[in-house]
Amino acid sequence: MSETCKIAVERRGDVAVFWTDGYINNQGGEEIARQAYAQLESGARALVLNLEKTRIVNSIGISILIEVLEKVMDRKGSLAFCNLTPTIDKTFRIMGLAQYAAIYLTQEEALKAVAATG
Amino acid sequence: MEIVATAQASALGEFIQMPRDKIDEVKLAIVEACINAFEHAHTRDDRVHLTFRVGRDEEEGPEFLEVEVLDQGEGFDHSMVDPPSPEKTFHEGKKRGWGLQIIRSLMDSVAITSGDWGTRILMRKYK
Repeated sequence: MSETCKIAVERRGDVAVFWTDGYINNQGGEEIARQAYAQLESGARALVLNLEKTRIVNSIGISILIEVLEKVMDRKGSLAFCNLTPTIDKTFRIMGLAQYAAIYLTQEEALKAVAATG
Repeated sequence: MEIVATAQASALGEFIQMPRDKIDEVKLAIVEACINAFEHAHTRDDRVHLTFRVGRDEEEGPEFLEVEVLDQGEGFDHSMVDPPSPEKTFHEGKKRGWGLQIIRSLMDSVAITSGDWGTRILMRKYK
């Protein structure tokens, strides 16, 4: 498990897709938030976070993702997660993130779902 | 620091052939225990001590990976900790304070002892 989390972002119309690679702690969460807010400011309506290459998200990282989710909800946008490990899925459900953000098995499913909410 | 600890959990989990998803659960529990110790314990020596054990309850029983996280901080009464909830997180802005809840949810057994000598979290995950 690496100390740092690499983040890649690609804009597809009004949807921004994020790929994370590594441990999401406070630094990783803050970097995701920084890039997510930049995408929202430039007109993104929906964010899809593909966590395929992340195996651990700690509670501080999740609390920052919740702040991102709240900002998306304030803007009537949508946030979807995909490719979660069972541990991350379980932790998101424990903390209630799954009640407010959609979770999909694959990126294709997530993109189809957020496109339908547009 | 917690990264080093999780690497040790990975190595021992793989040694007893624990499934990868269960190893991830142990790793996250260690991370949360370390975060709590560093954020809340106000340790005298600025250290958290970790001990790892593998074993079985009975000769033919399932193997377990046990982790003890010990700090020499102020201690706390865990029965007085206000339990977190999604409602408090999303509607009252209380986004932190999930560590113990996550640890208890991910591990098979968790024992917390605390006093003016510090805090000890003993947690076990069966293979």
